[in-house]
Amino acid sequence: MMDPFVTFCLRMGDNALILAQRTGEWCGHAPALEEDIAFANMGLDLIGQTQLWLKLGGEAEGKGRSADDLAFLRTERQFTNCQLVEQPNVDFAHALMRQYLFDAWHLPMLDGLTQSSDERVRAVSAKVIKEVRYHIDRSRDLVIGLGDGTDESRARMQGALDELWPFTADLLASDEIDDDLTARGVIPDPAPVIEAFNAETAATFAAATLTVPHTGLTRTGGRNGIHTEHMGFILAEMQYLQRTYPGVSW
Amino acid sequence: MYAQLVETEKAGGTPEEQAFQKRIDDGIKIEPKDWMPEGYRKTLVRQIGQHAHSEVVGQLPEGNWITRAPTLERKAILLAKVQDEAGHGLYLYCAAETLGVSRDEMTEQLLAGKSKYSSIFNYPTLSWADIGAIGWLVDGAAIMNQVQLQRCSYGPYSRAMIRICKEESFHQRQGFDILRVLCQGSDEQKEMAQDAMNRWWWPSLMMFGPSDKDSVHTAQSMRWGIKQATNDDLRQKFVDQTVPQADWLGLKVPDPELKWNEDKGGYDFGEPDWNEFFNVVKGNGPCNKERLEARRKAWDDGAWFRDGLMAHAEKKRAAKVAAE
Amino acid sequence: MSTEWPLWEVFIRGQHGLSHRHVGSLHAPDAEMAIRNARDVYTRRNEGLSIWVVPSVEITASSPEEAGQLFEPSESKIYRHPTFFEIPKEVGAM
Repeated sequence: MMDPFVTFCLRMGDNALILAQRTGEWCGHAPALEEDIAFANMGLDLIGQTQLWLKLGGEAEGKGRSADDLAFLRTERQFTNCQLVEQPNVDFAHALMRQYLFDAWHLPMLDGLTQSSDERVRAVSAKVIKEVRYHIDRSRDLVIGLGDGTDESRARMQGALDELWPFTADLLASDEIDDDLTARGVIPDPAPVIEAFNAETAATFAAATLTVPHTGLTRTGGRNGIHTEHMGFILAEMQYLQRTYPGVSW
Repeated sequence: MYAQLVETEKAGGTPEEQAFQKRIDDGIKIEPKDWMPEGYRKTLVRQIGQHAHSEVVGQLPEGNWITRAPTLERKAILLAKVQDEAGHGLYLYCAAETLGVSRDEMTEQLLAGKSKYSSIFNYPTLSWADIGAIGWLVDGAAIMNQVQLQRCSYGPYSRAMIRICKEESFHQRQGFDILRVLCQGSDEQKEMAQDAMNRWWWPSLMMFGPSDKDSVHTAQSMRWGIKQATNDDLRQKFVDQTVPQADWLGLKVPDPELKWNEDKGGYDFGEPDWNEFFNVVKGNGPCNKERLEARRKAWDDGAWFRDGLMAHAEKKRAAKVAAE
Repeated sequence: MSTEWPLWEVFIRGQHGLSHRHVGSLHAPDAEMAIRNARDVYTRRNEGLSIWVVPSVEITASSPEEAGQLFEPSESKIYRHPTFFEIPKEVGAM
């Protein structure tokens, strides 16, 4: 088993990094100037969160790897983000729904982490949770507004929800690494986090007149380095300079 | 980022126009509801609109590299920088809106190809060093132009420019910083930096527009206090400021005619290729098509989003009225 | 459909306890979104502690033609300014 604490930090950092990467793709292409700016703000928060978690992971690992080393020099199978965040920007509905589903898990998770037995985790999550409270306020209102908007906006949001919902299983999954950390009080018990996620999404989708698909389909594996095919392309793009010119400063 | 030269009308001499001119000469700002000659209003709508379009289209060449930035910090800086351009576009559209034209109308004009934006953004960003060169040279040239626009006679434009200049001061520095690291790096990195310099130098000089020695439009714009310095003066200032910085970086300015002129206390330099300039303005630059298509796609694909939220706002309003 | 999002005027109170100040405008479908957009657009550099938004159409402005009658009469009331009065030095600060 990999070091549980390091794995946890990488999972948190990789989620933020890959979502930031997808968010950054919108810059200059969002549906309104105000939204372009708001999305970039979220992207900046996520990059900052990446730096915090990967730095902590690198330090805990003790092999001298910096946040940048971890971001730019690991391979696809070594990335541990959930599959949800790597899903493509099909349209702005997908981007918003992906963000909202992520936020709906992220907030209760961070809420638990602010009570962590580990001081470093408490410090990082105390900073991050303020950003994420704003993210979910924004993404929730947009999901509701667009779900309960025009026929087209509703259809697009429902389409995005249908496609992305199966990936929430990956967000909410836990394994023996989590069990170990939960037992030591480093991360919260998964049950209340899942409960909060379910309550949050149920209320929001009711207000948005959207329906959670009941296909029973679930997609998992990202947390253990099993990704969808999109992941390789994300890394190829993101790591291109560092891979082409190894060992130099930027 | 850049206000393109626009045509202006000649002022007449009615009492209203004379009073208007006196206000400008006295340094009193013109505000939205004040009387103004139609030519002044039109010139401003066009110039501010083009300036706003330039900021928004200007997101694209750099935005291109956000997903490829080489470190997390560079990624954050670049995203913040490109985000600022969107903000600047927003401030400028709002300034133009005070003159009775809506942002949607201006956007439609841009997308229909009826309104211009700065030609510089029709050049491609081919390497990471280009991101450095854009910040250092393109933003450097833009700032030179924008600093004088802070004193523009039209209040809302002047105020937007003050805010923009304040925010933009980090843009040029971040570009220079990218090049500084490259120029102190490996041979390949230095080569990358020099290549970017070679490709961006002349288009940056063209940003100030053709020589306006004999332009009646420039004279009118200056009389109206819309423009405070000539294209040639600004270009000279830019060259004088930038060449020593290039020397410091160890980059060669790609101009064989560049020479220090002791008498004028500035550099002599070659003439940009104005044929190329007009060709790009006409739409034949390397990326004109891609840039407009990207903006058109963002606008068209975003319609359902804007309409959806508007419809929801209407529903909420109606529900609130019904409850009262 | 395509109705443009209405325009809002944004006022921000900064760190130093001064009154809300007009900082610019933006577009938003409703007041709640206008507040959020104002946060994202106008406080990127830690400028604000409180935001007001007002629909631009709700602003009533004085007319420039009336500027003379509105503002010039106060020009002659110079005794309203403390510098009008000469206070002997030996009296001290006042």
